[in-house]
Amino acid sequence: MSPEVVLPILIPLLAGALTLAFWRSQRYQRWITLFASFALLAAGLWLLDSTRQHGYVVMQMGNWPAPFGITVIADLLSAIMIVLTGIIGLAIAVYSMVATPDRHERFGYYPLMHLLLAGVSGSFLSGDIFNLFVWFEVMLLASFALLTLGGERSQMEGAIKYVTLNLFSSAIFLSAIGLLYGMVGTLNMADIGYKLSQVEHTGMVNVVALMFMISFGIKAAAFPLFFWLPASYHTPLIAVSALFAGLLTKVGVYALYRVFTLMFTGDVSYTHDILLWAAALTMLTGVLGAAAQFEFRRILSFHIISQIGYMLLGLALYTPLAIIGGVFYIMHHIIVKTNLFLVSGVVYRLLGSYDLKKLGGVYKHRPGLALLFLVPALSLAGLPPLSGFFAKFIVIRAGIETEAWVVTAVALLVGLLTLYSMIKIWAEVFWKPVPEGTDTSALTGKRKDSQMWIMLLPVVGLTLCTLFIGLNGQPIYELASDAADQLLNPAGYIEAVLGVSP
Amino acid sequence: MIEDNKKIMKTNTLILHTAALFLLPLQLIFSVFLLLRGHDEPGGGFIAGLVASGAFVLYLFAHGVASTRNILRVEPHDLLAMGLLLGLAAMFPGLLYGEPFLTAQWWEFTLAGSEIKLSTVLIFDIGVYFAVLGTILTIVMSLTEAEE
Repeated sequence: MSPEVVLPILIPLLAGALTLAFWRSQRYQRWITLFASFALLAAGLWLLDSTRQHGYVVMQMGNWPAPFGITVIADLLSAIMIVLTGIIGLAIAVYSMVATPDRHERFGYYPLMHLLLAGVSGSFLSGDIFNLFVWFEVMLLASFALLTLGGERSQMEGAIKYVTLNLFSSAIFLSAIGLLYGMVGTLNMADIGYKLSQVEHTGMVNVVALMFMISFGIKAAAFPLFFWLPASYHTPLIAVSALFAGLLTKVGVYALYRVFTLMFTGDVSYTHDILLWAAALTMLTGVLGAAAQFEFRRILSFHIISQIGYMLLGLALYTPLAIIGGVFYIMHHIIVKTNLFLVSGVVYRLLGSYDLKKLGGVYKHRPGLALLFLVPALSLAGLPPLSGFFAKFIVIRAGIETEAWVVTAVALLVGLLTLYSMIKIWAEVFWKPVPEGTDTSALTGKRKDSQMWIMLLPVVGLTLCTLFIGLNGQPIYELASDAADQLLNPAGYIEAVLGVSP
Repeated sequence: MIEDNKKIMKTNTLILHTAALFLLPLQLIFSVFLLLRGHDEPGGGFIAGLVASGAFVLYLFAHGVASTRNILRVEPHDLLAMGLLLGLAAMFPGLLYGEPFLTAQWWEFTLAGSEIKLSTVLIFDIGVYFAVLGTILTIVMSLTEAEE
């Protein structure tokens, strides 16, 4: 009996139902949300602790034995992702208290947020491929509603692209599940992994593998089907943007990691080669797209894409070091990227715009905030001793060791261009004087903003997390290393679920 | 055009008016029958919830939103929330006996000569019933109110 493995799903579900029951009172909703976020983080830490002790934590829902029932399983990677979900959930819960207008709160902002978190946690913990699909849909539904909350024209435009491509991805996912079920006759991921390792690899397995790759690639915003992301992420409320930026694409990356280490490992030279080129092109197009932008959130959105490339690179190289790098990268990226979006929201509150041309002078009046931007920005670009440096260093070193020169060169170049983008934001928003015609009463402190500190609290917290990962690299590296070990030895996963060793 | 439609609806609704009044309790009883039958035979919380919401939607078409709210007495939001909470509550009893979440628990006893089987599955089904009813009524009522 190990309830900690389902708690990360149950807590947000329960919180969602409770916030819905208290829909008349925004105050109760906020307190429930805050409490539930703390509980989710605590459950995540508990899960991480017990996966470190036991390796795998498994529960068969409704006591139906695998492979017939639905399995919920956490290995180290899942547990790490759950902890990160808890951290981001807590940061967004605190931030939303101030940043989300009452009008939106009344339209079910908090229940939707909890539903989204339940979908994300469910995806990380599911051990059943069809159940994974269901959690993906839960997530998509909640994210669509959150994206359109407010009903502005630009939001609708972004949401249509978002939903069309994501539904397309779901359709491919579902077809792939159907084909796979036709081949192996099971939906349990461990069982699929076991059966696929027993049969001779045919062309059909590769076809299904590619279908999964395309489907999850769309969710993760990988090349070439990434354009839904920059079209939609700058339109919703800033807290929603930050939540999406941190977690949603990473669910796609997680699914790729899971499927391409557990199930489709029979023809690595074929599948992972395709992933390698997709990773390189994702990095390059993302960073070049960002260079052309002049809107705070759009630049950050394009950088999500280029960073996804590094995570895919870790998986595609498929050496122990590369997987460690990929896992490390995911940990670093979720925290840093959410933080940057939160900072952009604070700047918006001070100056009323996301357009770089209309911003300026933040460093002069708020040097503390400038520092809070600089730490995650330089971390994103990969400057030592911040978390991004180690993440990039491990991935690139793995690239050099496998002599994948072209991709490694691309990764280095993209790091440089990321620095260029961050310097552009720094120069425009923080360094240059305030442009004429911008209302500076909030920035210079003439108009008092008594609630600002609540918005800064999660920013400071996430910045400390970045510094912690950077300055305390060794234990985090060891954690990533253990997670990579588990990923590269799927036999342990299969044994934990099915109770037999392959 | 919409004005015309409204007029037609208003003038031709005598049969609908009367039928809706009689059908509402019948459909509700039928939905409860479907809900309880669902354990071993076709039926269950989802379809029963649909039948129940069908009853209220028919009443709404004939008599309008205000009087539907009147007979419903609770907000559809609350029905939805209650359904979700009931569904979640059904997950926990298994835990008390040291079994995984969602494991069904049964209470069997005989009452007046007939065997009665109660279970957490039934609680879950009732939760689904209210969640479906709440969702559909929320959607239909907000759409009708938006139109009015």
